[in-house]
Amino acid sequence: MTLGRLVGRRLLIGAFILAVVSVLVFGASLLLPGDAARAVLGRSASPDRLEIVRAQMHLDDPPLLRYLSWAGDLLTGDLGSSTVSQEPVLDLIAGRSGNSLLLMAIAALVATPLSLLLGTWSALRRDKAADHLTSMGTLVLASLPEFVVGIVLIFVFSTGLLSWFPAVVSSTEGILEQPAVLVLPVATLVLAVSPYITRMMRATMLEVLDSDFVHQARMNGVPERSVLWRHAVPNAIGPVAQVIALQLAYLAGGIVLVEFLFDYPGIGEGIITAVDARDIPTLQALVMLVAAFYVLVNLLADVVGVLANPRLRTAGA
Amino acid sequence: MSGAPPLGGGGPSVDPGTADLAPGLLRRSWAVGRTKVGLALTLLVVAVAVVGPFVAPESETGFVGLANVRDAPGTLFGTDNIGRDVWSRFLYGGISLLWLSALCTIIGVGSGLLVALLAGYSRTWVDEVLMRTTDVFLAFPAIVLALLFLAVFQPQPWTVVLTVAAGHAPRVARVMRAAVLDVAGRDYVRSAESMGLRRWPIRLGDLLPNVTGPLMVESGLRLTYSVGLVAGLGFLGLSGLEADQADWGQMINENRVAFEVQPWAVLLPVVAIGLLTVGTNLVADGIARAAAGTDREVAE
Repeated sequence: MTLGRLVGRRLLIGAFILAVVSVLVFGASLLLPGDAARAVLGRSASPDRLEIVRAQMHLDDPPLLRYLSWAGDLLTGDLGSSTVSQEPVLDLIAGRSGNSLLLMAIAALVATPLSLLLGTWSALRRDKAADHLTSMGTLVLASLPEFVVGIVLIFVFSTGLLSWFPAVVSSTEGILEQPAVLVLPVATLVLAVSPYITRMMRATMLEVLDSDFVHQARMNGVPERSVLWRHAVPNAIGPVAQVIALQLAYLAGGIVLVEFLFDYPGIGEGIITAVDARDIPTLQALVMLVAAFYVLVNLLADVVGVLANPRLRTAGA
Repeated sequence: MSGAPPLGGGGPSVDPGTADLAPGLLRRSWAVGRTKVGLALTLLVVAVAVVGPFVAPESETGFVGLANVRDAPGTLFGTDNIGRDVWSRFLYGGISLLWLSALCTIIGVGSGLLVALLAGYSRTWVDEVLMRTTDVFLAFPAIVLALLFLAVFQPQPWTVVLTVAAGHAPRVARVMRAAVLDVAGRDYVRSAESMGLRRWPIRLGDLLPNVTGPLMVESGLRLTYSVGLVAGLGFLGLSGLEADQADWGQMINENRVAFEVQPWAVLLPVVAIGLLTVGTNLVADGIARAAAGTDREVAE
C-alpha cells in the first residue's frame, strides 16, 4: 500500500471515529438531569420564560434533529455561545487553543532532544551507574501524576525553597508578555513525557549498537564518534519517532491538570471551568477539539510508525 | 534474569504455555529488586491509610485553631484552610483514595479483560465491532473522558469510579486482546477445540490462565493510573465525596490557595500519592521484567 493510500485510509477512519465521538458528546448533553433552559435562567425562573428560552434553544425538537443541526453548526464553525458568559464559544476557544498549543509545542521541543540525548547517553553507558540511575529516575518520573510533579516544582522553585519563577499566570496580560510563567508548566510536562521517550531511545540504541552494520563500521575503522552520530543514532530515531508522536497526543490530556494547577488560560483549564459551571456548549466544543487533536496526532503516530518500519508498509498495515 | 528459580513452573524448559502461570511469575517477579522496593513503598502508604484513622490525634472534621497556621500550638503540621488539624486530616484521608482506586482498577481491568477474551477469540464480526468501539473511547485522553462524564452525571464516588474504569477498559482491552490472539493459535487451544470444547470453557480454561503475565502487568499499571486519576479528580474538586470528608486529593484542592503560607496541608498528601504511585509502578515493572524473562529494559 502506498503512503498516500495509507494516510487516506487512516484519515477516513479518523473522520468516522470523530463522527461517532460527536454523537457521544452530543448524547451526553441529552442525559443531563434538569434542562438546559433552567441552567441558563437559574432556579427561580418562571414557567413562561423557561418556555421561551426552551423554544429559542430548540430544546423541544426531536434529538436527531437537534444533533444534526448541532453537528452542522460545528462543521461550519458556529459553536454556539457559552451559557455562562453568553460569549460565542469560538472567541473563547481561539485564545485558549493558541495558549495550549504554545505550551505543548515548547514542551515537545524541549522534551524531544533532551530525551533522545539522555537515552543515547544511557545506552552508551549500559549497566554502569549512570545507566541504572537514568533507568530508575525515568521509571519514578513515569509513575508520578503530573499534578504531583507540578506541585513539587512549585514548592521548590516558586513558593517554598526558591522564588525563581511565578506559580500562577496573571490573567490581565497575554502569555507572551509574561514568558516566565511558562517555565514551570513546561517543566512539568517535559518531566511527564520525557521518561517514555528516553526509555524507548535507550532500548532501540542498545539494539542498534549491537547490530551488524555498527560492528562492520567499527571494523572498517570508522571513528567511534561518526559510528555513533552518522550510523547508530539516525537508525535508532526511526522507531522512537512513533513514541514521540504518541507522547504529543498524551500532552493533550496532560495539559488539563497542569493548566488547572498553574491557572494557565488554555483548553484544559477551559474544560474544567465549563464542567464546574455546567456550560455544555463550551464543554462540547472543547471536548470535540481535544478529540480531533488526539485522533489526528495518533494518526500521525501511525504513519510515522509505518514510515520507520518499512516491513509494515508492505504488510498492508 | 540472574535470579531465575531453578525449579517450578517458571523454568525455561517448561512448555511456553504454562510459563506465564501466576505462582511461578510471582516468584520470579520477587527476584527483581525493584519489586521489593515497590511493595515496601506501597505497603507503607497502605499502612498509613489504614491505621491512620485509629491513631489520629484529632477528629476528621473538628476545629483546632485558626485557619492556615503553619505552627499552630498542639498540632504537628498546623491547621488547614478552615482550622482543622492537618496531620489528623492526612491520617484520615488515605483510605478513600485506596478503595476508590482499587475499585477503578478491578472494574476497568475486569471489563477490559472480558472484552479482550470475547474479541480475541471470536474470529467474527464481534471482534471488529468491539475493537471499533474501543477506538471511539480511545479518541479522548482518559481525563477528558472522565470530565465529560462527570459534567453529565454529577460527581459521586460511584460515578468517579465508573468514569475512571471506563477510561481503562478500552486500553486494557487492546493490550489483552493482543495477548489472547497470541495464545489462541497455540496447539493446546487447537486440541481443546478438536475435543469439541465450547468457546467459553476454552476462554476461561485455556486462554485466561495463559495471559496472566500481561494481565498482572496491566493491573499494576492501571492501579498506578487509577491512583493518579482519582487523586487528580479530587485535586480538581470533583472527587464526589462529602465536602468535609478528609481525602488526599480533596485536601490538595482545599489547601492549594494557601500553599505558600501553609505548605504542609498540600505536601503531605502529595508526597503520599507520589510514594504510592511509584510503589505500584515499581511492582508492575518488576512483574513485567519477570514476565519478559529478562532483567533488561522491556521494549515498548
